[in-house]
Formats: sequence, structure tokens, C-alpha cells
Amino acid sequence: MPTRNTSDVIVVGAGVVGAACAYYAARAGLSVTVIDRGPVAGGTTGAGEGNLLVSDKEPGPELDLALLSTELWRELAELLPPQIEYEPKGGLVVASGEAGMRALRDFAAGQEGAGVRAEEIPADRLQDLEPHLAPGLAGGFHYRQDAQVMPALAAAHLLRAGGDRVRLRLGEEVTGLLTTADGSVRGVRTVAGEVHASYVVNAAGTWGGEVARLAGVELPVLPRRGFVLVTEPLPRVVRHKVYAADYVADVASGSAALQTSAVVEGTAAGPVLIGASRERVGFDRTLSTEVLRRLAAQATALFPFLAGVRAIRTYAGFRPYLPDHLPAIGPDPRVPGLLHACGHEGAGVGLAPATGLLIARALSEGEPPLDMSPFSPARFEAAV
Amino acid sequence: MARTPAELVGANPGSSFEITMDGRPVTALPGQSVAAALWSAGILAWRTTRNTGRPRGAFCGIGQCYDCLATINGEPNRRACLVPARPGDAITTQEGHGHARLSV
Repeated sequence: MPTRNTSDVIVVGAGVVGAACAYYAARAGLSVTVIDRGPVAGGTTGAGEGNLLVSDKEPGPELDLALLSTELWRELAELLPPQIEYEPKGGLVVASGEAGMRALRDFAAGQEGAGVRAEEIPADRLQDLEPHLAPGLAGGFHYRQDAQVMPALAAAHLLRAGGDRVRLRLGEEVTGLLTTADGSVRGVRTVAGEVHASYVVNAAGTWGGEVARLAGVELPVLPRRGFVLVTEPLPRVVRHKVYAADYVADVASGSAALQTSAVVEGTAAGPVLIGASRERVGFDRTLSTEVLRRLAAQATALFPFLAGVRAIRTYAGFRPYLPDHLPAIGPDPRVPGLLHACGHEGAGVGLAPATGLLIARALSEGEPPLDMSPFSPARFEAAV
Repeated sequence: MARTPAELVGANPGSSFEITMDGRPVTALPGQSVAAALWSAGILAWRTTRNTGRPRGAFCGIGQCYDCLATINGEPNRRACLVPARPGDAITTQEGHGHARLSV
């Protein structure tokens, strides 16, 4: 029986990944305390666009996770209220020239073997899908499985859907890990006192490395900054997630230097969101007009009408980046009772449900729905 | 005795000029915002909301709330409380997002 300071599991982090871990753990019958030093979705979740993408992922463990998540988001959309703004709108990746088109064709052919449905759209049919798209593009690929949610509300409603088994402690920073004499987890220390549980899930996102350090283990999560530009509300002028072929290369790159490739999408509320920049500059929140200028120029190249539309604000966030671009998911062999669910880079909203399900299975010693070894939290140990 | 805001602060503005609201002439003073000119003419609403079409005008009056959006000289979503009125400005009631011509 959980008491005020005791539950089966503690989840550190009330972002979308922590919320999904709490939801699936609660559904498995466990009591969960979610602790966050800030509010729900106060970190990277709240600074995201809510991408649920398979289109940008090459065949491999991350794509498997994304495909599982795509199914789970579809189930969750039936269960959670419409406020999460789930839209199975599909993605459209466009190329400006024949070389880009060939690269997209090869990429899509590889993905199809893994279960991704991609349809080649010749240049003369692009406007059927996106009437405002710039003329003169070489063509594109339509990915029907790509979708979108409003990330902050999705996190909040996942937590609520966990019901009585999920307890929230917000504005309370975790300052230490409590262990037994044999080194097993028995809870956490926070600024408000001790909270007890046999399992602690590190879902602290970009700050997951700090939480790992509290447990005396190394997890090399680094921040990769991104800006989003928000336009004034518009009618539904952009129907899909539309992005240029370069985006895939930028996502896969490990470079610290600034990369920008426009990802343009409409939202249920009206504004069009324009991402995506990537740069490793630590936790520097300084507004970069250079980044915004590049995003605006690239978005306008895709959708010329945007030149006559106002951008009303911008926001920045820090993607939790791990050196091999895969998240850390599952039990940490170095600390019994500690699990990690962080390091999802720019795909945390998309990958959250599958991550939550994997964590819940690990907690209840059930069969994982897919091979978890590529996500092993200890995989960076050998390199140190 | 009724006193005007201009009298209260001892303002001595230059000559008034004309702007239009949906084609109807409205008198404005130099330095007045579009919202202030419309209010002075007794016009309190110049936009309808996106979803339910309810009337909107100036609320905060200092550029923060975006309630006072208007189409000014054909450009939608201008904050009427911040845009200074200029001779000949044509203000039109903004329906919703004001970008209907982008709809397809």
C-alpha cells in the first residue's frame, strides 16, 4: 500500500517520457511517484513541436521504437481527450533536385523493409498534397505514419490517465539517491525530504546525466539546442509535416556546429511552427537571430506565402543528445533498482509511449516488446 | 463640467486628420494609436474571434494581449493599440485570423 512518501516506483522527470513511464507502470498495477523540480513538461517536452516521426529514421533500433510508438500513440489518442491534438497528418519530405530525390528514394527503400510506408510523389503531384508548396521542387515522399501531438498537453493527460496510482510532486528537486547497504535503490532525497521506492526511473531528459551522477554512474547526455519559430494563426495552409531532405542528414549528424533545415507544420490552434535548428552550445538560452533568420529563409523557400506572414514568437529547447543518437532505456546494471529513460534527442515525444512500455515491462519483469540491448544505459562504459 | 483626456494632461496636439474604419471616416490626432482613434469615435470592436466570431477590440492597450488585432491598410493582425494612426489609414474589421485569402 503506497503511503504519502512511499510507492513502488519513483519517476524523476515530468516530461512526456516520464509521464509515459508513469502511465504504463500504473497500468501494470504499480504505484508511481513522479517528481520534477519544475512543472509538467517544463523542460524539453514543452519546447518541442510534438513530432511523431518515422520518416526521418533509418532502419535500426530507433525506427523499431518509433514504429511501436506510432501504434501506441494511435491507441492513446482513443483514450486521452482531444486536447492532446493528436493528428495523424502524415509527413511530406521534399527534394529540390534530382540528387536529393535519389537519396530520398534509397532512404525510403531501406525503410520499407522495416515496415515504413513511403510513397513517392512526383513533382507534378506535390501541389495536390500541399497547395502552397514552392514550385520547381523535384518531388518528394509521403509518409502516412507520421503524426503530431501537442506535447505539453499530451504529457499532462498521460499523467492524469495514470489515475490514483500516479502521484505528482512538482517544484521539488531530487538531490540524492538513497541506497541500501548492498547498493540497491531505496528511494531519493529531495529538497523536501526522503521519498521511498524500490525502483527509480531517470526520465530527466537533457538533465538525465545529472540524475545519473547522483547515483554515481556516468551517462553522457549533452544538450543540443533548437529554436522553433511560431507564426500568427492561419487557416489550415500547411497540411502535413513538410521538411526538406537535408533534415535527415542533420538529425543523424553529431556535429556541434549550427545546422538548420526547415520543418514546417500547421497546428490545430492555427499558428504554423517552423523548426529545426541544431547546435551544441551547452545550456545557453540566448536568442540567436542568425538561427531564426536561417529558419525563416528556409521555410519561406519551401512555402513562399510565409514571406507575407508574421512570426509572433520563438522558443528554444535542449534536446537530450547521446553520442550514438539512441536513448538510454532500461535497468542500469551498475545500480540495482535504477532505470533510465532519457536521451531521446529530438524524438522524445514520438518515442515516449514505447519507452514507457519498455520501462513498465522491465519493472514488472515482463517480456519486452522489442530488443532492448541497443538502448543499454551502460553501453558508453567501455568507451570511457 | 466634462473634461477631455487632452485637457486633463494639457496636451497640445497638431491638426487632426482622417482615417477610415470600414470606409467610414474617423478623426485622429497626431500621435494617437489606431485603437485610441477608434475609441474616440465610439468604436469598441474591430475584429471577430477565429472560432466563434465574437467581437474584440482593445483590452490591455499596451501591446501584450493581442486582443486588438486589426487589418490596417490590407495587412492583418496589426496591434491597433501600438500602431500610430497616419493620415488616410484604412482600417477594416478583421474576420478571424484575417488570412482568408490563404485558404485553399
